[in-house]
Amino acid sequence: MADEPLVLGIETSCDETGVGIVRGTTLLADAIASSVDEHARFGGVVPEVASRAHLEAMVPTIDRALKEAGVSARDLDGIAVTAGPGLAGALLVGVSAAKAYAYALGKPLYGVNHLASHICVDQLEHGALPEPTMALLVSGGHSSLLLSSDITSDVRPMGATIDDAAGEAFDKIARVLNLGFPGGPVIDRYAKEGDPQAIAFPRGLTGPRDPAYDFSFSGLKTAVARWIEARRAAGEEVPVRDVAASFQEAVVDVLTRKAVRACKDEGVDHLMIGGGVAANSRLRALAAERCEAAGIRLRVPRPKLCTDNGAMVAALGAEMVARNRAASDWDLSADSSLPVTDPHVPGQAHTHSHDHVHEVSKENLYS
Amino acid sequence: MLLLALDTATPAVTVALHDGTSVIASSSQVDARRHGELLLPAVDRVLAEAGHRLDAVTGIVVGVGPGPYTGLRVGLMTADTFGLALGVPVHGVCTLDALAYAADIDGPFVAATDARRKEVYWARYADRRTRVTDPAVDRPGDLDVGGLPAVGAGALLYPDTFPDAHAPEHVSAAAMASLAAERLAAGVELEAPRPLYLRRPDAQVPKNYKVVTPK
Ligand SMILES: [Zn+2]
Repeated sequence: MADEPLVLGIETSCDETGVGIVRGTTLLADAIASSVDEHARFGGVVPEVASRAHLEAMVPTIDRALKEAGVSARDLDGIAVTAGPGLAGALLVGVSAAKAYAYALGKPLYGVNHLASHICVDQLEHGALPEPTMALLVSGGHSSLLLSSDITSDVRPMGATIDDAAGEAFDKIARVLNLGFPGGPVIDRYAKEGDPQAIAFPRGLTGPRDPAYDFSFSGLKTAVARWIEARRAAGEEVPVRDVAASFQEAVVDVLTRKAVRACKDEGVDHLMIGGGVAANSRLRALAAERCEAAGIRLRVPRPKLCTDNGAMVAALGAEMVARNRAASDWDLSADSSLPVTDPHVPGQAHTHSHDHVHEVSKENLYS
Repeated sequence: MLLLALDTATPAVTVALHDGTSVIASSSQVDARRHGELLLPAVDRVLAEAGHRLDAVTGIVVGVGPGPYTGLRVGLMTADTFGLALGVPVHGVCTLDALAYAADIDGPFVAATDARRKEVYWARYADRRTRVTDPAVDRPGDLDVGGLPAVGAGALLYPDTFPDAHAPEHVSAAAMASLAAERLAAGVELEAPRPLYLRRPDAQVPKNYKVVTPK
């Protein structure tokens, strides 16, 4: 529908420079520039390398998104940007760009939460989010179970990792197996040819007294690394495919078990899975199997929308516009530890009637 | 001509508007930790003070450093994006050049800013318009400026290396705008608006190297 908000979203919380454009819940453009190759030799994302790459990639990526969407910047109804959480220096590049762009075009600015954006992106794939929705977010940086009754105003953390993120464990194990970085896709590939039952790796925090919805992958990571080292020390060959499959099984078993349990406990009949690890084929398959058995409708966006991208930010921005949420102020800051409970960073202008910056700004809006 | 100049390469967040003849409005705040928050409101204030809207600007001038990276990028990213949105050229000026241009010294001198980590960014000048060395980053103890006078916070911070240190301490966008206007009027091409980092990135992968999820 033409009267749905047209929003451009900018994402720079980690190593992807993402610019997306949506109209309401319709995806128009999803332009990405990644610096992942520059990080590979370090075995992980180097913040300064990522920040430098964001600065270089931003303008070309905005250009590409506008061309892809076939819209003019003048027609936008708002600019959304990831305000946090994420790498501080990387976030700041995106926030600076979004502020300058919104100001120059005379559009409202929406600083939004990266995690809420990961959930909201599913609207571009499967239409409006059911309310409430349970969301399992798993990536190199996050492993969280979140419950949302309104993605623009109410996101409640149910559980999170108490140590490493799930994706981080994939990267670590890939490194130990000499498979390179990032670890997710390559482990998934090797695991397809391995036996997931070959080695019984531990399932963290699954005891009767453990917190029901929290995760822990540090113990698993160590157990797998030790198992591999022991084989090597004994001069035996490491069965890479079986290790990959058994490790992956341990991760996705815990993730899906806890997510389904949270849905049941809260009486929620929709589970959304997002984040880079949602691209994992075994996670998708096991989640589908267990959700079906429990009568839960599973929603997983296509892999490209699961990893960090600008479209997810635009999707949440469009929802902010649609629900009349307050825009952010021009002094919006990048907040590397923005709480998951803040889906966006509303400005103070609406509560202070004599806010100077805000009043002056109106003078600078294009007609 | 209406130039909007901005620089965030040093602790100063500085913005100025120049109409081709003189600086018509400016703002400078010194706060090394809040570049991101302060810059846009400062631009807004400067425009309002001069009674202009951003779309009246015919060119953007931005300090390209050298400077500690995180703050430096705020100005560059803002300038790049203004240029994209407005369709106007974005010019780079070496931050040390703008600092030197505001010096009140006859004859050769040095301009130096604080590079943190006990180092300075610096360059040598024949006069306030003429830089004679490439900008560099060094420990003050490794430098011998031969007793030349010096300007900038980097000089004021290390009197052993720079015994003859003078104001200005901080770079101002007003000086940067004037220098840029002068060069443009003389048909001199300005630098590309790309950052002068002078250091390689620290190749450290933090433990939780991706997004930190609040618990
Ligand atoms: Zn993410």
